[in-house]
Amino acid sequence: MAKYVVKRIAMAIVTIWAVATLTFFLMNMVPGGPFLSEKAVSPQAMAALEAKYGLDKPLSEQYVTYMTDALHGDFGDSLKQRGRTVMSIIQTKFPVSAKVGGMSILVAFCVGVPLGCVAALNRGKFLDNLISVIATCGIAVPSFVVCTVLMYFLGVNLKLLPTFGLTSWKHYVMPVMALSFYPMAYIMRLMRSSMLDVLGQDYMRTARAKGLGQFKILFKHALRNAILPVITYLGPLTAYTLVGSFIVEKIFTIPGLGGEFVGSITSRDYTVIMGTTIFLAALMVVMNVIVDILYKIVDPRIKLN
Amino acid sequence: MKKKFLAILLTAAMVAGLTACGSSADQSSQNAATGETTQSGTEDTADAAATTTEGGKELAVQVGPDPETIDPALNSAVDGGNMLLHAFECLLTVDQDGNLAPGQAETWETSEDGLTWTFHLRDGLKWSDGSDLTANDFVYSWKRVCDPLVAAPYAETVLGMVKGYSEAIEGNLDALAVSASDDKTLVVELDTPCPYFGSLAAFATLSPVQQATVEANGDAWATAPESYISNGPFYMTEWVPGSHITFSKNPNYWNADAIKLGALKFVLMEDPNAAYSAYQTGEVMMIKDVPTEEIPSLDGNEEFYIEPIIGTYYISLNIEKEPFDDVNVRKALSLAIDREYVAGTLMQGTYTAASNFMGPGWADPTGGDFMEKANGGKPYIDTTNFEANLEEAKKLLAEAGYPNGEGFPTISYTTNDAGYHTVVAEYLQQAWAELGIDLEVNIVEWSSFTPMRRSGDFEVARNGWVGDYSDPSNMLDVLRSTNGNNDGKYNSAVFDAAMDASNQTMDAAERSKALHEAEDALMDDMGCIPLAYYNDFWLQSSKITGMWHSPYGYWYFMYADITE
Repeated sequence: MAKYVVKRIAMAIVTIWAVATLTFFLMNMVPGGPFLSEKAVSPQAMAALEAKYGLDKPLSEQYVTYMTDALHGDFGDSLKQRGRTVMSIIQTKFPVSAKVGGMSILVAFCVGVPLGCVAALNRGKFLDNLISVIATCGIAVPSFVVCTVLMYFLGVNLKLLPTFGLTSWKHYVMPVMALSFYPMAYIMRLMRSSMLDVLGQDYMRTARAKGLGQFKILFKHALRNAILPVITYLGPLTAYTLVGSFIVEKIFTIPGLGGEFVGSITSRDYTVIMGTTIFLAALMVVMNVIVDILYKIVDPRIKLN
Repeated sequence: MKKKFLAILLTAAMVAGLTACGSSADQSSQNAATGETTQSGTEDTADAAATTTEGGKELAVQVGPDPETIDPALNSAVDGGNMLLHAFECLLTVDQDGNLAPGQAETWETSEDGLTWTFHLRDGLKWSDGSDLTANDFVYSWKRVCDPLVAAPYAETVLGMVKGYSEAIEGNLDALAVSASDDKTLVVELDTPCPYFGSLAAFATLSPVQQATVEANGDAWATAPESYISNGPFYMTEWVPGSHITFSKNPNYWNADAIKLGALKFVLMEDPNAAYSAYQTGEVMMIKDVPTEEIPSLDGNEEFYIEPIIGTYYISLNIEKEPFDDVNVRKALSLAIDREYVAGTLMQGTYTAASNFMGPGWADPTGGDFMEKANGGKPYIDTTNFEANLEEAKKLLAEAGYPNGEGFPTISYTTNDAGYHTVVAEYLQQAWAELGIDLEVNIVEWSSFTPMRRSGDFEVARNGWVGDYSDPSNMLDVLRSTNGNNDGKYNSAVFDAAMDASNQTMDAAERSKALHEAEDALMDDMGCIPLAYYNDFWLQSSKITGMWHSPYGYWYFMYADITE
């Protein structure tokens, strides 16, 4: 196990390095730059800005400087949000996204898994069909539609919930619902199909033949085997959801990290692009390691090597 | 056995997990709630303080998303400018009627030759932290704008004419001829006369900033309420990036007695639909970003405002490329556009058809509106008679050697996709097809579009300019052959000479004449194709009183109040 973890960490470092390098050169290949605006900045001011942030140096030198600084934990200053460091942006915005994202994963998991099981156990019946309809909607309806519909009915029409900000528990209801709808639907479908698969296995028949109770069969034998695909999905889902959603954050005016991913690219804020990308890559790698270890715990037959 | 134990553990974990889900969600929302309670708690106390000490109310408005910066020297955006306006006060200000008015300076005078400007500050000026503000603070702030390490985007615009600027921008800040002869007197010496220097003295870039806080905190001084010391009617009390910035009444402001609001909260929203929802629920009382699809339904609504700003949506023709080097081609392309239809129908009346390059709101040096005195009081293009214009366009195109567009190459129109840009592009396709001209539309992402247009990598491109201050030179300068914003590379000796003449005289009548001559030359050459004038359109509750909107695109809330 220890050996495995060490190996995974080594691989993770290589992965993150590769992602960072690729991102660095790709973003510099895209035309445009951080200091362009509709009104031209004078050549002097432009030169001064580039000198200040080292953008006047050759790309290879910029790359070496960036990587050296990054290794020392210095991700630089934002080029657009003057006076803020990339680290401070991540530190203030990630917790906000993580809070909303974490809640929605919990909701998606806690609603998705039981409903998926219920659907599988009632295969072909009304309940199964109903759950399938919900799941299909969840997969097919994009989040901005969910956000807008929620906001229109719960916010504007019924005036039950506030439409922007995050200042009380009420503010969390709509964003969490909007964010959890898709993963919930996905988990339901995964759970339903893997549960059906498991229920048809020989050992399930054996268990029933042994005269075990329905509850025991389900929880002891079926659920444990059926939940593996959900766990696989949960890894990348967690990484993506914790860093926030551009759309949901924009619509509900949530000061999260999701907006920075897209915003930094359109504004060519190089240091923020690098910082957020490395952060997401690292989170993704960590989640995958955790998922692998969870596999081992849930299904001891799996060998981690 | 071991397996069984594991299974039981797992089951327990699942059950616990299921129940914990609810509770942990509860807990985190509780944490969130408590976290926020402290926050809103402080807000409440601030409000309470405002209510008890100043009897003020909080006004929540939306003028844009998170500003990139609210450091006066660094800001170049209109939404940042809207905040600076409330946090800082320059030497001079612009009043409700668009005239210059005393700000931190009570009086000011210009020498005979127009080269020396002297500003006399008010008595007892203070920073928001209670310390004294003197003329030396302006000296420091203005020199800082020239500092190459600060790299202020507007440095040349606002201080380029001050003596010693070229040395200052190289790093020798003390060369800048701005000095304080005593604590209350600021003297500025210019290289060339600048008749509109008063407007610049009211421009946010030249706001005073406090040396102590800037030096102690570096660039970060303008990101946190503790270090954001200002001198205007309000001072920052909270900034949650991506959420809101709250400014509270500054009791140390010289005119604090006239400030009725306790706090002004800028809600940092980017999405117009979100802003509209927040407006409908009453959570925000004024929104700048109104969804365009709602505009038809807002027609006639007394809370919906449309007011002009000084700016023009125009089309740049790459004059260095054929066939745009032919003035008749340029005129034909211009006249084939039905501007009333574009502005009134396609742009839903949020723009106004442009007959001149300089639209309403620009101040003529002799007083009054620049536009009313242009071209002898007549519009350059008669936008109301499109049929005649189209006939004329066809005739001009034939004169240029392309009867019915025969032999005219296929041309491309480059634009980014935002607002009405694509709709306009599609309209131009139809309009110029009437002349027998094929137009390809080339839509480019915003960040790539700007450098493309600047480097001349286009044939026809969307363009626009919104003025920073109301002197006409601010926009006419863009078409000078040497200007970095002259994307179409319009190059006219007559135009340049008229602009030079306007800069060398302090006589209002002569200056006005020179500026009008410049516009005459530009429109005669059709150096660019003006399409429509910009307007600001916004929703505002009728409960807000005492505010005004200026043609610079600013909303002045400092003297506003909320009636019940």
